[in-house]
Amino acid sequence: MGGAIVLTFVVMALFAPWLAPHDPFKIDVMHKFASPSLAHWAGTDQLGRDLLSRIIYGARTALGVAITATGIAGLAGILLGLVAGYGPRWLDSLLILCFDSMTSLPMIMFALAVITVLGPSTATLILVIILVSIPGYARFIRAQTLSLVRSDFILAEQAMNASTARIILLHLLPNVAGQLLVVLSMDVPVVIMLEAGLSYLSLGVKPPTPSWGNILYDGYVSLRQSPGMVIIAGIPLILATLGFTFLGEALRDALDPRLQMRTLT
Amino acid sequence: MSEALLKVDDLSISYASEEGPVQALRHATLEARAGEAIGIVGESGCGKSTLASALITLLAGNARVTSGSVQFGGRDILSVSEEEKRKLRGRHIAMIFQDPMTSFNPVLTIGEQLVDFQDQREGLSKPEKRQQAALMLKRVGISDPVRCLDRHVHELSGGMRQRAAIAAALLMAPQVLVADEPTTALDVTMEAQIIHLLRELRRDYNGAVVIVTHHLGVVGELCDRVYVMYAGEVVEEGSTDDVYHNPRHPYTQALIACDPANLHEQTPVLPTIPGRLPDLVNPPRGCSFAARCPRVHERCRSEGPDYVEVGPRHRARCHEARS
Amino acid sequence: MLSYAIKRIGLALLIIFVVMLVMYAMVFLVPGDPASLALGPRATPELKHELMVRMGLDQPIYVQVWNFFRNALTGDLGYDVWSKRPVSEMIAEVFPNTLFLGAVAMSIALVAGIGLGCLAVVWQGRTVDRVLAVLSVSMISIPSFVVAIYLLLVFAVWLGWFPAIGAGEAGDWGSQIRAVVLPAAAIAITWVGYLARLVRASMLEVMSANHVRTARAFGLTQAKIVLRYALRVAIVPVVAIVAVGFGSILSSAVFVETVFSRPGIGTLITSAVQKRDFPVVMGCVLFMTAFYLTVVTLADLLMAKLDPRVRDTLRG
Repeated sequence: MGGAIVLTFVVMALFAPWLAPHDPFKIDVMHKFASPSLAHWAGTDQLGRDLLSRIIYGARTALGVAITATGIAGLAGILLGLVAGYGPRWLDSLLILCFDSMTSLPMIMFALAVITVLGPSTATLILVIILVSIPGYARFIRAQTLSLVRSDFILAEQAMNASTARIILLHLLPNVAGQLLVVLSMDVPVVIMLEAGLSYLSLGVKPPTPSWGNILYDGYVSLRQSPGMVIIAGIPLILATLGFTFLGEALRDALDPRLQMRTLT
Repeated sequence: MSEALLKVDDLSISYASEEGPVQALRHATLEARAGEAIGIVGESGCGKSTLASALITLLAGNARVTSGSVQFGGRDILSVSEEEKRKLRGRHIAMIFQDPMTSFNPVLTIGEQLVDFQDQREGLSKPEKRQQAALMLKRVGISDPVRCLDRHVHELSGGMRQRAAIAAALLMAPQVLVADEPTTALDVTMEAQIIHLLRELRRDYNGAVVIVTHHLGVVGELCDRVYVMYAGEVVEEGSTDDVYHNPRHPYTQALIACDPANLHEQTPVLPTIPGRLPDLVNPPRGCSFAARCPRVHERCRSEGPDYVEVGPRHRARCHEARS
Repeated sequence: MLSYAIKRIGLALLIIFVVMLVMYAMVFLVPGDPASLALGPRATPELKHELMVRMGLDQPIYVQVWNFFRNALTGDLGYDVWSKRPVSEMIAEVFPNTLFLGAVAMSIALVAGIGLGCLAVVWQGRTVDRVLAVLSVSMISIPSFVVAIYLLLVFAVWLGWFPAIGAGEAGDWGSQIRAVVLPAAAIAITWVGYLARLVRASMLEVMSANHVRTARAFGLTQAKIVLRYALRVAIVPVVAIVAVGFGSILSSAVFVETVFSRPGIGTLITSAVQKRDFPVVMGCVLFMTAFYLTVVTLADLLMAKLDPRVRDTLRG
């Protein structure tokens, strides 16, 4: 079920220009707060823009941010995790202290501090998500690396004087990558939520770019005039987070049932 | 001769599994008399743990008794109510567990647990129960029992843990004491000490002792009678002397031959019994040992052997037992 | 126990120190200084100079760092760029609201989560268990601010059972409790799911542990086994995660407080970020980090008390 929902959203994101019935930016003040109709399946917003088209384009924003951010964070996490796990001890201790400090403050606080300094924008948003995700991934990779390094086949390779590059590329990387993929996929719904949440607070994606968070905010502002808009705006968020979570869990159960559920802070 | 205190009669137990019921115990019959120690030996998977669980009425959730009974105090303890089973446990039938490290609760002190284990004893205050626990720890050779009472299980040494587990089982002076692999978790020196202790304790204990183990030496040291189990069946029983010196079942013979303690000469390879345990979901029609037996013949494969008396209270399930 | 406590507290202090350092470094790494950032395009040289003096930016950098640390240690977190009020005073004013919200949310989560978890254990493998499993995952994944908006719409706007905005009248407990119900429920829902899952897994694991079998073998009653032998072991991971949960609840508060226009740390920091009022943001972040670390450290110490194994692995 998760797979079907996710697929729908991916299709929406990829083919937004062809799927969207209207231009998501086209303002039509005469038809603001329109109820769902044949012309506007999900109604229109406070500026008369077609809600369904905005939601479809919003999928593009949400998935774009999520995939870019988790992808880069995942790569950086692999790099730092391998360095910490396989590099010199002092570097490991230093990195662990940094990771611990970062994970010990509530994620959102750190994110808000960075946004204050850099100013809200989509780029800042992606950077913030990358920064707050790296420590978790790096710690995960480090733990995996450490347990692998102690395993017999790595010891055997080392005994045969295999080069560090060979050990890392041939043995460590393939072993940790699959598990990290599960962790990353489990984090996608969290990132979608964060993007929407920060955009909702006007601290993320800037209007008029359609983002589920912006749409929700527009709906929230006109809650009393037109409650239909906020109801519809919440639906893609709920479906997307649910879909990705179910998919992530299925992936985890299929690939590695032992992987523990990580806590999100 | 005294009457049997504990009697297992034609007991069969199977576990539900995806492939069908696993017949872990098949028509097992045995008895233990007051003052007697019996040993149940066999390799892992022979059904001895299932038997031990049945004796203390703690069968797993997916276990089902398909035939027979366990007679104690004039009734079948497997068919009484849960509440009555609970009252039997600890008070009348107690168990020395296999792995004391995980068998004691990690967050309660030994003392708290030994006091709780006396819940069924009436008319004793908490301090008196604690006193009782300390006395029992002293009896099993723990030199500083009061300190031990305030410890958690992970703070004790392996030997101390095993002693505490024995003390726990003896606390309520049960009529039947079941010891499940009492020395498996220990090293050789510690094992010798615990065997020594159990022998000492046996002298002034007048209940029945059932020792379940894969270790022939432990049974030889401690038991009067021995039951040899294979693939869920009791294949041979008799006095320890008879069975050890005159084994009649090929499996018993092989087991004794493979015991490293019986190797007198240097040998480049340890002797083993070739083959594997039969499938317990579909047990073979004939003798369950037929596939591995060196003396197998046509009749063994088609007809399961019945007990053959080979001496006074010594019998074996083998067509060839008398030859 | 004492040395363990000192170790934990020392680690917490070190982390706060690192966090402060990182925060401070960040200000200097970005182009522009906090004064012009805050003033934006309206910055005139005079205005900027005045603000820089007030924020101490005219001092040499080591003096600035030193002042920042010294002031933070004495509870002085600087001044709001706009209103010129002390940040510590602003935090002290709204923090009780956030704390109350978090405490109510956590209580709801604990009661409902442990309750549902135990239900799942009792009905393990049955339909109830399966429905609860899907429900838990859904509760974990749905964003709390979406839930908050829906709750606001249904129970405040349409039904009018609870107020839609604010934290209630000061001193009037009745109105404060009415005002906290919806936001607390919105925040709690994630953790109801988490705890239900955790308690279920933890209880199932413990109930099949050897020591529970031992307790059975000694004829202890089922009630005593569950309450004294199993729950005490099963509760350890719950205590451990509740502290982390508090951090996550405070994070959700940032969104949910804004939805309900409820005065609190969340609304304070959000509006400060929107206005790019750096001293207020820094003060809030530092305060929340310190608060969060305190909670986590306390939970660790409590865990060590509950589970002697933890205590001993850390003693050596």
